Amino acid sequence: MIALLAEVPYWGQSLLRVLGGLVAVLLPAGTIVYVFLFKMMSFMQSRLGPMEAGPYGSMQLFAEVGKWLQKEDIVPDRADARIFKMAPVIVLVSTFLLVVVVPFGPEAWFTDFETGVFYALAVSSISVLGILIAGWSSANKYSLLGGLRAAGQLIAYELPMVLAVMGVVIQAGTMNLQKIVVAQNTGSMFGIDAIGHPYVISQFFGFIIFMIAIQAELTQAPFDMPIAESELVSGYMTEYSGFRFLIFFIGEFATAGVFAMIASVLFLGGWGVPFTWFGWTSVDDVANWMNFVGPLIMFTKMMLLVFIIMWIRFSYPRLREDQLQRFAWKGLIPVALINIMVTAILKVVF
Amino acid sequence: MAKVPGLVKGLGVTLGTLFKTTVNGSNTVQYPHEKETPPIRSRGVIALHQDNCTSCMLCSRSCPDWCIYIEAHKELAPPRREGGKPRQVNLLDRFDIDYALCMYCGICVEVCPFDALFWSPEYEYSEPNISDLLHDKSKLSEWMETVPEAPELEAGADKKKK
Amino acid sequence: MTMLGDRQQLSYIASQAADARLNLELETEGMTLNIGPQHPATHGTLRIIARLDGEQVVWAEPACGYMHRGYEKLTEVRTFPQVTTLVNRIDWLGSFANEVPFILAAEKLMGVEAPTRAQYIRTILFELSRIANVSLFLGDLGVQLGAITPVFLAFRDREYVLNLIESATGGRFHPNFDRIGGLKDDLPAGWIDETRAVMKKLRSFCDQIEDLLFGNEIFQSRTRGIGVIPRDVALQYGLSGANLRASGVDWDLRRDQTLPMVWDKADWKVWTHPDGDSFARCWVRLQETRESTKIVDQLLGAIPSGPVMAKVPKIIKVPEGEAWVSTENPLGEMGYYVVSRGDLGPFRVKIRSASFNNISITPWLLRGVYVPDIVTILASLYFILGDIDR
Repeated sequence: MIALLAEVPYWGQSLLRVLGGLVAVLLPAGTIVYVFLFKMMSFMQSRLGPMEAGPYGSMQLFAEVGKWLQKEDIVPDRADARIFKMAPVIVLVSTFLLVVVVPFGPEAWFTDFETGVFYALAVSSISVLGILIAGWSSANKYSLLGGLRAAGQLIAYELPMVLAVMGVVIQAGTMNLQKIVVAQNTGSMFGIDAIGHPYVISQFFGFIIFMIAIQAELTQAPFDMPIAESELVSGYMTEYSGFRFLIFFIGEFATAGVFAMIASVLFLGGWGVPFTWFGWTSVDDVANWMNFVGPLIMFTKMMLLVFIIMWIRFSYPRLREDQLQRFAWKGLIPVALINIMVTAILKVVF
Repeated sequence: MAKVPGLVKGLGVTLGTLFKTTVNGSNTVQYPHEKETPPIRSRGVIALHQDNCTSCMLCSRSCPDWCIYIEAHKELAPPRREGGKPRQVNLLDRFDIDYALCMYCGICVEVCPFDALFWSPEYEYSEPNISDLLHDKSKLSEWMETVPEAPELEAGADKKKK
Repeated sequence: MTMLGDRQQLSYIASQAADARLNLELETEGMTLNIGPQHPATHGTLRIIARLDGEQVVWAEPACGYMHRGYEKLTEVRTFPQVTTLVNRIDWLGSFANEVPFILAAEKLMGVEAPTRAQYIRTILFELSRIANVSLFLGDLGVQLGAITPVFLAFRDREYVLNLIESATGGRFHPNFDRIGGLKDDLPAGWIDETRAVMKKLRSFCDQIEDLLFGNEIFQSRTRGIGVIPRDVALQYGLSGANLRASGVDWDLRRDQTLPMVWDKADWKVWTHPDGDSFARCWVRLQETRESTKIVDQLLGAIPSGPVMAKVPKIIKVPEGEAWVSTENPLGEMGYYVVSRGDLGPFRVKIRSASFNNISITPWLLRGVYVPDIVTILASLYFILGDIDR
């Protein structure tokens, strides 16, 4: 899309990029909250969920946003006020930074880094800082426990995430996310290219490890020790109310959406359908209408992955902190390392 | 058949409930658009049949919360037959039940020897002002219209009711 | 160092001093965490003062009494029917079960036995209260451990039982149905068939919970080996109910006591588990729920015809004497010691509630466990605050 509007001056392009970024983050967040949190969770619990606000409760999110915005802004007396106020912003900023590197179409992208994967993994760790300082600065023993647990958990699960992605990078031969999408859609498996080469099939274990790591990075059950509702009331978010809590809340679901987008780019073929369906051979061949359909396809794949994340969230109890750590260090990381080894060997051999 | 790991079975239960709710509807009732009818014996509100009440004060004394307030005076009513003596009757001045205190235990309805108090399954009488929860005798008499017939008893019960 | 007029500094120093004094008294270190009285994990207003070393508990003590309503004092100025109403509210989830031992004690003093039909219906309602109580426990267990779905399934299926109790007695949570000499009323028509249908639904609910929760490997790793109570410790601390049976003690008052109730007319078994850990306690309760549905089914088919009320005077004055009756309530052993002086109401009632004795084990049990395990252990011990504090 940026290439189409090449005549627009630079400040216009930047404005469009900012608006596009907001839409790319907040629209999936809102949809995820409504479809999965309000409706799917309710249906799994034999009830209907919010039905009053708008038709079938579709305006419930706006009602909730309005409710939170009009609440009093409370900063606890003994809390470190400056850091307390900074924490939610850091968490949300990392989501926005993450979405700029996700490609939505052959020319619909915000930035086209050669080291897109490296950048994405680095930037997704910023939210750990936000959660940790939220826990410490709240002057609340429960928040402290939640923050410390979060620090340990999130750092532990960064490693399986990175290692799982390494397999994809080895297969694609590049860290550029756009090129990874193209590689999946132009590739072929054993000579059959009817469905391209989605890495979910050849990197199946990598996919599973990545999904588990995402579940932990988002502190969703079964890895929601930092927020453990029945013990820590709300973990690191306990002392936040009103607008700041809204940022945490939206941030949680926005990050879920963006991570699902990254997963669909890495494993499911991103914005594209296999190029052989339309007879394209490289990214320059792709028709212009793909710039509009690409985001829709990306959205669908993202919703599918978020469905899996949320389904697991609503069905399982939570792991204890030490069990969680043991699972990461003794379970996931060795499997991920073996995955990389096998991928590298097979890539060289074949 | 190989044992399905418990993790997968759990996912199956939630997915099954998801489909069942989508197809069959939920188990919840969308109050206030739809309302459930409570069973006949449900203890919703107490209704007063004023004509039967002789202000014997039994209900007021047996209430665990002492939430029934009765005041009455005696009067001479005309005799039932020609040439008889005038009878003394008790007339109610005040019969209030304070539903802010009432425990809905039913002891008052049970001990009344003259069948002046009845249970009714009505439950939608909440008020924004707590003093409006004190129902006086006219309001209690209005509830009489909602009192249902006693249900039939199960097979094997003694025909003579207690 | 500080300005004495600075209130914030003063209060901060005061709390540090209190912590230091606690350190000296207990000769331990670490962080003192107040779990409760307002907390999602304690079933009500229970406060657990825990001394933590990192995530491990060094010392813990429950501080109850936040919900004390003065039951035993209240009963001194109430008549027997009024006390029956009040007593419903001790264990409010299985409330018919609270009335039964009290009424049995009063009947013992009067020398009156309820007719057989009343005994059957009493036992059936008692078991229905147990099912209502424990099915909530099964759902609540999920929430304490992080699984948010089972609790909705529990409430959904518990509604059927509550509707049954409402159609028979008039009240969902507080039936107030037992009377000295029998029951207040007979069952409405169609109740027996409805109950049979509901028992089927509850059995399928138990299967669903087993699939969703008990079979889950995460749940098992959270509960197996956590909070092990050995057999002799359980007996010493006076545990009762499923907590005792999960430590391997074969003790069930329904079978081991002769009361004018008809549990011996049904064919059922007592479930025990040798491990004594949290999983055992939860598992025993699940099996007991299934067993209760079987008892109800068998008794439903055998209710004799007849009156539901014995010949007792309208105004009941219980003769002088003292009587103790205890039954196997959903939470454990609940007993009433009724002292009567020949009045309309009891002179003194002592209530032995199961949960009060059950949580006496928490200081011993919570030493050395992690913070998440505190919640697991409290959830598996299963107490209700109304039962602890009365």
